[in-house]
Amino acid sequence: MADLVITPARQLRIPVTAECISPDFVAGKSLSEIELTLIWEGNRKVKLGSLLKVHGETGGAPNDCTIRIRGNVSSVRRIGYGMTNGSIEVDGDAGMYLGERMRGGSIVVTGNAGSWLGTQMRNGQIQVKRNAGDSVGGSVRGGTKGMRGGIITIHGDCGTEAGAWMRNGMIRIKGNSDLYAGIHMKNGTILVERNCAGRVGAHMTNGKIVVLGNMGGVLPSFQFEEIRDKAKAGDEKITGPFYVFSGDVNEEGRGQLFARVSENSDLKWNERYLRGESDGD
Amino acid sequence: MSELLIRNGYVFDPLNGIEGERKDISVRNGKVVEKVSRKARLLDASGMTVMPGGVDIHSHIAGSKANSARMMRPEDHSKDPEPKTKHTRSGVGHTIPSVFTTGYRYARMGYTTVFEPATPPLKTRHTHEELNDIPIIDKGCFPLFGNNWFVMEYVKQGRIEELAAYVAWMLEATRGYAIKIVNPGGIEAWRWGRNLRLLDDRVPNFDVTPREIVRALCQVNSLLNLPHAVHIHPNGLAEPGNYQTTIDTMECVRDIPTRGRPIMHVTHVQFTGRKGWSWPDVRSGAPEIADYVNTHDHVSIDPGQLIFTNVTWMTADGPAMFALFKLTKTKWFNADVESETGAGVVAATYKKSNYVNAIQWGIALELALLVKDPWKIFLTTDHPNGGPFTAYPRVISWLVSEEARRKVIDKVNKTARRRLDLPGIDREYSLHEIATITRAATARSLGLQSKGHLGVGADADIAIYNIEPSKIDLAKEYKLVRKAFARAAFTIKDGRIVVKNGEVVRSVQGRTFWTRPQVSEATMKTVVNDLESKFDDYYTIRMANYPIEEQYLTASQMITTSTGV
Repeated sequence: MADLVITPARQLRIPVTAECISPDFVAGKSLSEIELTLIWEGNRKVKLGSLLKVHGETGGAPNDCTIRIRGNVSSVRRIGYGMTNGSIEVDGDAGMYLGERMRGGSIVVTGNAGSWLGTQMRNGQIQVKRNAGDSVGGSVRGGTKGMRGGIITIHGDCGTEAGAWMRNGMIRIKGNSDLYAGIHMKNGTILVERNCAGRVGAHMTNGKIVVLGNMGGVLPSFQFEEIRDKAKAGDEKITGPFYVFSGDVNEEGRGQLFARVSENSDLKWNERYLRGESDGD
Repeated sequence: MSELLIRNGYVFDPLNGIEGERKDISVRNGKVVEKVSRKARLLDASGMTVMPGGVDIHSHIAGSKANSARMMRPEDHSKDPEPKTKHTRSGVGHTIPSVFTTGYRYARMGYTTVFEPATPPLKTRHTHEELNDIPIIDKGCFPLFGNNWFVMEYVKQGRIEELAAYVAWMLEATRGYAIKIVNPGGIEAWRWGRNLRLLDDRVPNFDVTPREIVRALCQVNSLLNLPHAVHIHPNGLAEPGNYQTTIDTMECVRDIPTRGRPIMHVTHVQFTGRKGWSWPDVRSGAPEIADYVNTHDHVSIDPGQLIFTNVTWMTADGPAMFALFKLTKTKWFNADVESETGAGVVAATYKKSNYVNAIQWGIALELALLVKDPWKIFLTTDHPNGGPFTAYPRVISWLVSEEARRKVIDKVNKTARRRLDLPGIDREYSLHEIATITRAATARSLGLQSKGHLGVGADADIAIYNIEPSKIDLAKEYKLVRKAFARAAFTIKDGRIVVKNGEVVRSVQGRTFWTRPQVSEATMKTVVNDLESKFDDYYTIRMANYPIEEQYLTASQMITTSTGV
């Protein structure tokens, strides 16, 4: 395995866009070639070497190349853009669009990740040890093509619209999620291990969202189905019991929401449908 | 005094009958002249093709609907950023570029004049604000009249002279160029949740028919002696079987005297030239329409070529846009402009594998190839409805080369391939014909005396392309043709070089054309009295605030016409 170590040469104040920090690009290139690559700093094109120091060696092929980024790169965008293999380890915070259009390999961030983490990714794995921003695994603004495969794991909390327009794959959030988790979702799975702020699954047409904490209520466009003992998220079976809702009815959707019974006492009123009581009481 | 001498180029100037002669073009102070002094700057165009600057007759580049589309489609911007250079501003946009980028991209293709074909009169102030900001190219806009309450009332009362005076007042008030009709009566019906599909359907509450509206406005066009014909988008857009309505629309004005030039321009016929009864059964109506155009001199058409890419549909035709939104289920925007018109915007993608899209692509090319006279058909993609204007070079390569078309035909939907006549058509355009459909014929149709040719006195809007006609076989080397038309070697605007090797080297301000028909004071007085009494009932703004001052246009270019009213 060949390790390439990248550290910021100074504190980066202006947003930097660097699609080239990916195993596919650096593999087989010399250090000086990498340093001479042009990247955007704000509205100016500069050499990569003027912002970031590069050490170590690059492998011959992407699959035996590991890029280790040490230091704060929270203003560097598009790290790991379209990578197909190999791995990136960020020791610190990473910027927006980390792992955009990723097709394989793995990314690990020990700090926080910015918004649009893994947007439009097709395969591979992303792990964030702390928090992530908005639109995890989502689509670009206005677009309708979200994540299509792969696994994103966030050990902390995430922002709004996690899994927007998601088409396949799995997002696992070990902390809390802000509003609109799984908005416009078309397929795939989202697992939120703690609480959601609400409006989960708005406009979803298919797919599954499992919330182990409080779901923050359910939208009126979801229909209560049943109480199930277990929920399946990926390969994992989680014991409940769970309230199961289907929707979004406005979109004739067949998506499923699972909310753990013990944490969602505010949804207890739905149980009367199981007893055959009418809406009017 | 700036002088320029373009030497030794192969000049294509269809309006003056020059077809590929090696000739010098002399330019002084932004005009083509007979001769220049020895001090003139030399521009060596040997081995290159010299044409007048391109004139686009139909391209939705500005206005409130273009802006709504920009707001609705941020994903369209992120795909296509354009960084700033020393001479240009930055911009974004694939199907709906920002204003500055629009001007630069047209100039890079050698285009120097572009007309925005549909602006709601009430919102034309906005259109002019955007047109002012589009650099390099000359421009103008066509206000919408087909669903205007005043127009429909005059038509119902049969007061053609007053209608003519109203149109004249409106053209001056909005600084518009020509009469545009979109789905006559249909947008008014859309206010009641309906649409008008045929020429003799009745407009709710006004008791007029599209036929009466179209005929009246064509008569007005004749009376006012307007430079351009009536620019019309017929009823029943995008519906299967609408080709008959299109032919009926052309037929209904046949008896109106034409003064030797077309009275009507039917636009983006690809959307209104469909045979069949349902979507799976859609066929091409191009042979019938081409046949009609070939045998009649009172109409001209443009195909609105479809490109297999991401597009934005935008038109004043609200009901058609809603119908298409229900099919595509993407994003939809709808607007209603008081007593004047409406608008709709939908995001869409054309696919080769889609049967209907493939048929649409075929209809447009069949039209371009079956209409024999290149002076009756103009090159458009109905930007951004059929495809972005940046696809013109691709369309040109399809027109000049059967091989280029064949490559696409082999990839489109198989059923469509079987049902189209296109594979059997082997016509290939010459460079002279390309120069006709992209500049000479459009300039003539628009009535722009100083555009579209390189005779003495013409504006020095010149495009020079890297094509050596004596050495190149267009049909085989269509890729070179496409490349050459995408990046002009030089574009010259008003005698100044603005593009070199496909890059903008200078940004200049283009003019905005508008028409002022001179109507007799007595008639105008009657109409203004009429308007004053009703304006407060019909509009949310006062009549005094309605007209756009001429100073509002950064570079105004008025064209006056003497009328019979």
